[in-house]
Amino acid sequence: MFLDQFVNAIGTGVMLGSIYAALALGLAVTFGLLHIPNIAHPAFVVAGAYVVAVGNSYGFDPLLVAVVALVPFYVAGLAFYEFYARLFERRGAADTMNALTLFFGVSLVVETALLMKFGTNQQSVNVAYVGQSLVIGLLSLPYRLLVPALLAPVMIGLLWVYLHFTHAGIAIRAVAHDERALSVSGIDPRWIKRHAFGIAAATAVIAGAALIIVGPVDPFGGRLMIGRAFAVVVLAGMGSLPGTIAAGILIGVSESLVAAFASPSWAPAVAFSILLATLALRPAGLFGVRR
Amino acid sequence: MTAKASVMTAASPRPRAPARLPGNRTLLFTLGALAVLALGGVMTQTLANPYVFFAAFVIVQSVALATGWNVLGGYAGYINFGATAFYGAGAYTAAFLLKAFDASIFLCLPAAALVGGGLGLMMGYMTLRVQGVYFAIGTIALVVMAHTLVLNIDYLGGASGMALMAPEPPAWTGGQVQFVFLVMLGIAVLAVACARWIEISWVGRGFRALRASEEAAECAGVPTFKLKLSACAISGAILAMTGAPLIFYASFIEPETVFGLALALNAIAMPLIGGKRSWPGPIIGAVLLGSVQQAATITISSELNILLVGVVLIGFVAAAPDGILGLIDTLRKGRR
Repeated sequence: MFLDQFVNAIGTGVMLGSIYAALALGLAVTFGLLHIPNIAHPAFVVAGAYVVAVGNSYGFDPLLVAVVALVPFYVAGLAFYEFYARLFERRGAADTMNALTLFFGVSLVVETALLMKFGTNQQSVNVAYVGQSLVIGLLSLPYRLLVPALLAPVMIGLLWVYLHFTHAGIAIRAVAHDERALSVSGIDPRWIKRHAFGIAAATAVIAGAALIIVGPVDPFGGRLMIGRAFAVVVLAGMGSLPGTIAAGILIGVSESLVAAFASPSWAPAVAFSILLATLALRPAGLFGVRR
Repeated sequence: MTAKASVMTAASPRPRAPARLPGNRTLLFTLGALAVLALGGVMTQTLANPYVFFAAFVIVQSVALATGWNVLGGYAGYINFGATAFYGAGAYTAAFLLKAFDASIFLCLPAAALVGGGLGLMMGYMTLRVQGVYFAIGTIALVVMAHTLVLNIDYLGGASGMALMAPEPPAWTGGQVQFVFLVMLGIAVLAVACARWIEISWVGRGFRALRASEEAAECAGVPTFKLKLSACAISGAILAMTGAPLIFYASFIEPETVFGLALALNAIAMPLIGGKRSWPGPIIGAVLLGSVQQAATITISSELNILLVGVVLIGFVAAAPDGILGLIDTLRKGRR
């Protein structure tokens, strides 16, 4: 009985953690690489989930909808970055406080707009595999967790390859490293940053699809995710993509163990406790370099 | 490179640095504060409609909240998304004392301030090694942890909240609402006086140095560590004290409203709209936004209300980061 519960808690935790990594991926790019504290990212993810829900209500597969919606989200990300950059980066040093307040306001507007358009009802999707489970011995893996959990490694793998083996990807890593050196070598850092922000925004719709396959989503679902997403990015070490998935799984497993053996009502505090502990004890994260 | 740049920003002369002569102005300020208190007292004796006090309580609470937030956020430049963690800690401290010991509100206020100050110190310690963004995220974490903690304590009513009857108010105030309104007015005046003292004393200069550049301040011999902790503690104490009268005002307390978004948003939006560099800013912002919201919750939906505040907030961050006071400053300079 205990073993059964333990094994399943670990299994659920790994899958949840992988989903958290998907959520945090956009933040790992904007915050970890570009140093833009985009606390509106979870709100983008929720918006992505709503797009997927709307597409699904016309009978399309959630993942198909998400892939199609990548392009509009990328473009929206470009536009949003342009707005942000015009406001702050041109003035010289970006004032972190004003930037945070801006993102806070934006996430609020996104959430409230969703609330007014769709109401407080939770949105969900219909897919054939929801409700079934893959059973391996003691372990039972529900497909509604397993399918989205597989999205994260795929997405992170693709992005890692992109960042290491393409010209634009290497330029993104370069802009994180030294912006001035990049402009000396003849590449416009603004263009690269805008492109990276667009990619980060595009990951939000995939993460949104993952989120809504797991369970119903309401407009303020992003609120709890802010902590998890930042906890993942900080614990991983700024900008480390493979670290993102390890950190996500660590947090997911801790949460599901607490939920299984203490009480589910304590679970939301787990990610934040890990976040605060990381900030206090090891600000560079697990896989980050000390700066 | 960055260190050099930040030293330069810190060293560049601030445009607005009038030679402050505390003597006269402090006298004026004290008289003004007393006048405000007296006016509140007169209002409770003359105005019959209790609704006025329900609304006025909320606006005065906003003033105290915005001022408390501004000590840390405006003066020291540490953005705090977790004003509700402190507010909630104060509110639940008072509720606990009322439930357990039937305590008077005048005992609850210092107790709440102590708890809030302690929480602020803890917050400061935990985020001591990190700056800026991490601090802000840490404050979000604090809210969720406080919220989760309260949800799991049955004695405090858990998720469903609890209703408590406040003890009888002194007879001369005319009623519970009038009494709590007066107490809140006192807290607000105290908060503003405290903020003003910080602003004109060496503590405020230290906070401004922190805001401009922590590295440069440290190099110049400013005790950044102590200042940061005291900013957290003072701000936390004021915010918690602001929360304490809630149970006496509403006779009911629940986690969703106490730790809710609307309060946290207001605590940030009000100083930002009014101007976060000096003490009148949060007052202007709180009175403006508070009155508009009081009117708006009656006439339009509360969702639209939040949306409106969000849009106004973005507008101010984008166009006038120093708020209404900053706008006035720029206009004056343009005329000269």
